[in-house]
Amino acid sequence: MNTMKRIIIIAMVALVSGGAMGYGEVYPANNDVRDTESLQRGAQLYFENCVGCHSLEYARYNRVARDLKIPEDLFERYLLDADRPIGDLMTNALSPALGSQFFGTEPPDLTLVARVRGTDWIYTLLTGFYKDDSRPYGVNNALYNNIGMPHAMVNQQGLCAEAPGADGCQEFAFEGSMSPDEFDLAMVDLTNFLDYMGEPIQLERQRIGWFVMAFLSVFLVFAWLLYRELWKDVK
Amino acid sequence: MSTQDKGGLMGWIDARLPVTRTIEKHVTKYYAPKNFNFFYVFGVLAMLVFVNQIVTGIWLTMKYVPSAEEAFRSVEYIMRDVEWGWLIRYMHSTGASMFFVVIYLHMFRALLYGSYQKPRELVWIFGMLLYLMLMAEAFMGYVLPWGQMSYWGAQVIISLFGAVPIIGDPLVEWIRGDYLISGATLNRFFALHVIALPLVLALLVFLHIVALHEVGSNNPDGVDIKKNLDENGVPRDGIPFHPYYTIGKDLVGVVIFLMVFCGIIFFFPTAGGFFLETANFEPADPLTTPENIHPVWYFGAFYSILRAMDFDLLFLEAKLLGVLTMGAAIAILFVLPWLDRSPVRSWRYKGMISRVSLVVFAIAFMILTWLGIQPVTTLNTILAQICTVIYFAFFLGMPFYTRYEKTKPVPERVTNR
Amino acid sequence: MNQDGVNKGRRRFLMGATGAMGAVGGVGVAWPLLSSWQPSERAKAIGAPVAVDVGSLGEGEMISVEWRGKPIFIVRRTAEMLETLRSDELRGRLSDPDSDNQNQQPEYARNDVRSREEELLVVEGFCTHLGCAPQYRPQVEPQSFDDNWLGGFFCACHGSRFDMAGRVFRGVPAPSNLAVPPHFREGDMLTIGEDGETA
Repeated sequence: MNTMKRIIIIAMVALVSGGAMGYGEVYPANNDVRDTESLQRGAQLYFENCVGCHSLEYARYNRVARDLKIPEDLFERYLLDADRPIGDLMTNALSPALGSQFFGTEPPDLTLVARVRGTDWIYTLLTGFYKDDSRPYGVNNALYNNIGMPHAMVNQQGLCAEAPGADGCQEFAFEGSMSPDEFDLAMVDLTNFLDYMGEPIQLERQRIGWFVMAFLSVFLVFAWLLYRELWKDVK
Repeated sequence: MSTQDKGGLMGWIDARLPVTRTIEKHVTKYYAPKNFNFFYVFGVLAMLVFVNQIVTGIWLTMKYVPSAEEAFRSVEYIMRDVEWGWLIRYMHSTGASMFFVVIYLHMFRALLYGSYQKPRELVWIFGMLLYLMLMAEAFMGYVLPWGQMSYWGAQVIISLFGAVPIIGDPLVEWIRGDYLISGATLNRFFALHVIALPLVLALLVFLHIVALHEVGSNNPDGVDIKKNLDENGVPRDGIPFHPYYTIGKDLVGVVIFLMVFCGIIFFFPTAGGFFLETANFEPADPLTTPENIHPVWYFGAFYSILRAMDFDLLFLEAKLLGVLTMGAAIAILFVLPWLDRSPVRSWRYKGMISRVSLVVFAIAFMILTWLGIQPVTTLNTILAQICTVIYFAFFLGMPFYTRYEKTKPVPERVTNR
Repeated sequence: MNQDGVNKGRRRFLMGATGAMGAVGGVGVAWPLLSSWQPSERAKAIGAPVAVDVGSLGEGEMISVEWRGKPIFIVRRTAEMLETLRSDELRGRLSDPDSDNQNQQPEYARNDVRSREEELLVVEGFCTHLGCAPQYRPQVEPQSFDDNWLGGFFCACHGSRFDMAGRVFRGVPAPSNLAVPPHFREGDMLTIGEDGETA
């Protein structure tokens, strides 16, 4: 069998059928990882609604507490499972086999989802659920067609009657505990948290970067002056 | 070559080991032409990046786990749990791409000023071997994080060997060490990436520099500065490499380069998916192919040439034809010194045809590089075919257009342009 | 190379300044590389404090828990043991009876019985000679290694002896007392690896 040809064909098919696999249009998340309060709210949402199925297996609880400026005792009391050390990786209890049984596919780990998909994609997915009785959980997603995931926050958002577009949900099948604006803001917070999660060092990295650039700028001045000085010899 | 008789420790050592003599020969009394321009910094920069790769590579090896089960996790461990691990990893990943940026500009410099011409054929050949080994090194390194691009990139590249007639399939199996890309493949690539190829690279760098210093550096005018010596036997147009280039001109270039390098590391470490590809943040999954698999950008040109051959030619199937064409595209670089029949080195004094073809060639090469990471479309394939023709025409036509075109007179001394 | 009319001072200054910048840059590169050798977040998580229930620990009994790859010995000492520890007979045979070496215990365990709470001894079972784990020998009876053994710890590797407070005897290879790790007790739970809020 001609392996390479096969692979190239697979790649092309996958590419052409990108739309058919159900990735619709994405809308801007406009999240801000420098907003610590938004990150804190996002973390809370994540630990309340997502972590049961979606692990963050490359990251540790105490790092989240430290980076998001959540005191460790508060974190332990409200966000951490009892008798779980705060230094643990955020793996979850749902076994892959069980996950596959429930949702037809293993719920993916989301530590790096922001780096793979981008924040806009996450935000659009989170706000894209709508009522579709042909699906096992009665919901579908405007971005990710035929998604296996149920709408985890249906009690908060309510259920959109039709696929939401750029202006969000226009008509609700039933209402939830949050107003549309509140829910939208909550999803920005959640997206923001996942953005942070993709690369926890990103703010610190940029902060250090400015010092490095400042140092190199001064270095450049001296290097340039030295070059001019030495090259006075060269006629 | 005047090693004075010195006393003391240095004298004692010099009587036994040519330390002072080596430093003089290669640094303080190595006379480089004084008219080096911007393009002449890339050799030093390549050396700098090489050192960066070795040092950060050693440090990554301390934390990385070369197994199919743990590789991806250990990279995230380095990025999150190891103090400064993220910086070391970004230095290495950015260094890999910047290595090729620097090397491509270094090679382009050689094309501009005819640095491959007699007597620098060996310098060029060692350089090309370095380039070839660097591609192998980079390819294997890219497999190690064991993300989706690592896996599928390796799948495609290793499958190329399947095009070899008769032994193709067993050869592919032998390279993989398994019936699919697996931990066995990862482990051997790790060994080659961290030990075998760096040793070969270090040896080639040594040979490249020794060969260069034996014949002396070329310059933007292509003038042989050794033809014009002063009473001490020093070239009148030469200046000591140290300090005028080391802490003089090159240092300025190094600092500017570091600003670009650090700018990428600290502000755009993925370089928009070019240096660290998006799909590689997903662990390798043998059952799911990412949407657009392609090699990293620096292989783009040769990958495009491979894909451009989508037709059968005579008794050659498209696949074998593609591999052969790609091989030829690399092989033809090695014989470049014998393709150029021009009496002058630098493009400053070559004829119009040479100058235009070099520019067209460079543009075609960049287009091929860009196409290499684009999806296959009919238009892209046609564009790649055109550029492939230009690529080969540049080299195959060179013996003719360089010999018959009218060149400008080369000055006696270097100019200060 | 014509160096006439060169301003030597300016040149020397620029060389020095550029060299200094280079040195700072070198340190800036070396610092992350060297720092990365420190225990990672994973190592810190594994080395996090451990808690153990000491409520059921009987008098004269010892339990051993692992913390940072070392056995930690926890002994509930009897009144006789504590009395022996304070006796001049024993103290005379010790090399550091008053815990003068401050590296071997937190300040709150720097007393005549080397413990935060009199009866509860917490020491690393990690011989200060070469790191073997000493054995617990509480019996006050002549031993093959000591005719006048008053109870304590004996390291079988190289014969180092320690008393019931982890204090090292004179004339043995071990140079210092067994280390007391940071610890604190809340109810029956003893936490090792942290000083607690009252420290």
